[in-house]
Amino acid sequence: MSVEQQGQPLSAEDDVIIIKELNKWYGSFHVLKDINLNVKRGEKIVICGPSGSGKSTMIRCINRLEEFQRGSLIVNGVEMIEDVKNIEAIRREVGMVFQHFNLFPHLTILENLTLGPIWVQKKPKEEAEATAMKYLERVKIPDQANKFPGQLSGGQQQRVAIARSLCMSPQIMLFDEPTSALDPEMIKEVLDVMVELADEGMTMLCVTHEMGFAKKVADRVIFMDGGEIVEQNTPHEFFDNPETDRLQLFLSQILEH
Amino acid sequence: MSKEHMPEVRPVKSGSFFNNPRNRALIYQAILLFGLGFFFYTIVSNALSNMEARGIKSGFGFLFTTSGFDILMSLVDYSATDTYGRTFLVGLLNTILVSIIGIFLATIVGFLMGVAYFSPNWLIKRLSIVYVETFRNIPLLLQVFFWYFAVLAALPDVRDSISFGESVFLNVRGLFFPEIIDEAGSGFVYAALAAAIVAIIVLRKWAHKRQDETGDQFPVFLTSIGILIGLPLLALIVSGNPFHLEYPEASRFNIRGGISVIPELMALTLALTVYTGAFIAEAVRAGVQSVPHGQTEAARSIGLKESRIMSLIVVPQAMRVIVPLLNSEYQSLVKNSTLATAIGYPDLFTVFVGTSLNQTGQAIEIVFMTMAVYFVINMTISFLMNRVNDSVALAERK
Ligand SMILES: Nc1ncnc2c1ncn2[C@@H]1O[C@H](COP(=O)(O)OP(=O)(O)OP(=O)(O)O)[C@@H](O)[C@H]1O
Ligand SMILES: [Mg+2]
Repeated sequence: MSVEQQGQPLSAEDDVIIIKELNKWYGSFHVLKDINLNVKRGEKIVICGPSGSGKSTMIRCINRLEEFQRGSLIVNGVEMIEDVKNIEAIRREVGMVFQHFNLFPHLTILENLTLGPIWVQKKPKEEAEATAMKYLERVKIPDQANKFPGQLSGGQQQRVAIARSLCMSPQIMLFDEPTSALDPEMIKEVLDVMVELADEGMTMLCVTHEMGFAKKVADRVIFMDGGEIVEQNTPHEFFDNPETDRLQLFLSQILEH
Repeated sequence: MSKEHMPEVRPVKSGSFFNNPRNRALIYQAILLFGLGFFFYTIVSNALSNMEARGIKSGFGFLFTTSGFDILMSLVDYSATDTYGRTFLVGLLNTILVSIIGIFLATIVGFLMGVAYFSPNWLIKRLSIVYVETFRNIPLLLQVFFWYFAVLAALPDVRDSISFGESVFLNVRGLFFPEIIDEAGSGFVYAALAAAIVAIIVLRKWAHKRQDETGDQFPVFLTSIGILIGLPLLALIVSGNPFHLEYPEASRFNIRGGISVIPELMALTLALTVYTGAFIAEAVRAGVQSVPHGQTEAARSIGLKESRIMSLIVVPQAMRVIVPLLNSEYQSLVKNSTLATAIGYPDLFTVFVGTSLNQTGQAIEIVFMTMAVYFVINMTISFLMNRVNDSVALAERK
């Protein structure tokens, strides 16, 4: 299939995501305004901003959980068009981790992990299970393989969710506030897994307000407000020398806590 | 902690046997049981002495005496010279017939209408909403009358039957369609049908195993349909069609031959189907809505196709809500089938609790036998649906 063979990036600069002039409306409400963003292979980007600023909406456009009305989006060399096969091809390249884990409650942990490899990648069961166990070991819960999601703690569930995405060997990982539904003592175990993943060179876009994580792994931090990318910079500059008033205000608010 | 600081404990104890909660519960239950026993004893002994006063012999001897009345429709041979025992059987079979057809059709209508609610097509979604709201909120008895007196009674006379290709006729006397009559060699075709079913079961197993081993998927559903139609069809052609159709023949005043469905059965089936279908549609809607949208999004994010998301993620979770509701809808349908009596469909209630009781006066025996029948039918439904429920619920094991 042509769509799959275009897996190599077109851009000389090795941009794995190219977002141009992206605009989205909910009815008459303009959620995303002229978003331009290029992401290099292996780059780690943290996105923050006030509630309702469009952070989730933007990253959800990347794997087409949200549609957009204007602009263009190229993911790993495949341009997003209105075509079911095309959308499925892009989704195979992009993994996503949600705030509320969204594990499949009627399947065991192992079945959660092998579902994609078996039904999407058409792998033999044994191979899929071997891969699944490999990733469960990486997120440090191989002993939970035969339990059901409801029997795991929040932190364990989120690590399973990360492993579930990794089983599809994605080129890009999206995280939408992966730790904000977790109790404080579980946040670290999830962040540790994400840091490891970053160290291995995964391309990551992460919506989070965990500033420690941003400082530690991000190559670039993006501030969104009112549907726009207001400011972006290296973590150092971003936190120490915020340029715009809006970012200064935002940082002062989150640092108060 | 030193002893002086312990608050003083003063046990409030009456020491009475009657103040122990366990004993109390036992006593209440004993009183209730005694009361109930006395209540039923009074009713039964009253009824028995009434029957005695009117010269009716109690017991089940009446089942072997001649009933002396005709029944509009029966699935087994029956005439007025048969016994009440046979009357019971005829009624029972008619009840089972209308229940099975009703459950089958209501399930199809209910699932279609329930799924229609989620259609992106405005008109189809509206249709589903209007259907559910309308038929759920009108008394069932009224709906039975509607179909019987307003719709079916308005059909043309036999003379002006609505005919479909001169083989299916619809008129005020009912629905008439051809009957398939076996000829020599027809067993071959039935054998092919059985072989097709076995082949499909084997195919499913094989496809599952192959997918586990190699990852290759096989279009099981389409192939199964192909086998199910193809194999018997092939047998039919090879054996030179060992069947013939007996067509209903319309004369001036009557239609003879073929299979006929009396309007009473049609009206009752329609009413039960449409009414119960509305509740099943509602159950399906509730089931699908009970699956959070995040489930679909997570499934999309790993690249699953929409049809697979439905079959692997949404349906299995929705079924856990739908199956228990289906169980109670099926049971309601069976109980509601007694409304047959309002339009004279000869179900068990009509011929047994109606006519037979009237003629024999054996109220206790007849009422209890009939109660037992509905009880057993509904327990059977419960049993079967619980098995289904186990298979959909087992998956979670919380
Ligand atoms: N389905 C929808 N229909 C209409 N408006 C929506 C819809 N989804 C989101 N919005 C609006 O779009 C805006 C952006 O939402 P989004 O979820 O992207 O914000 P966010 O930056 O992720 O916020 P948060 O930090 O609270 O998660 C919000 O104002 C929200 O109310
Ligand atoms: Mg959000």
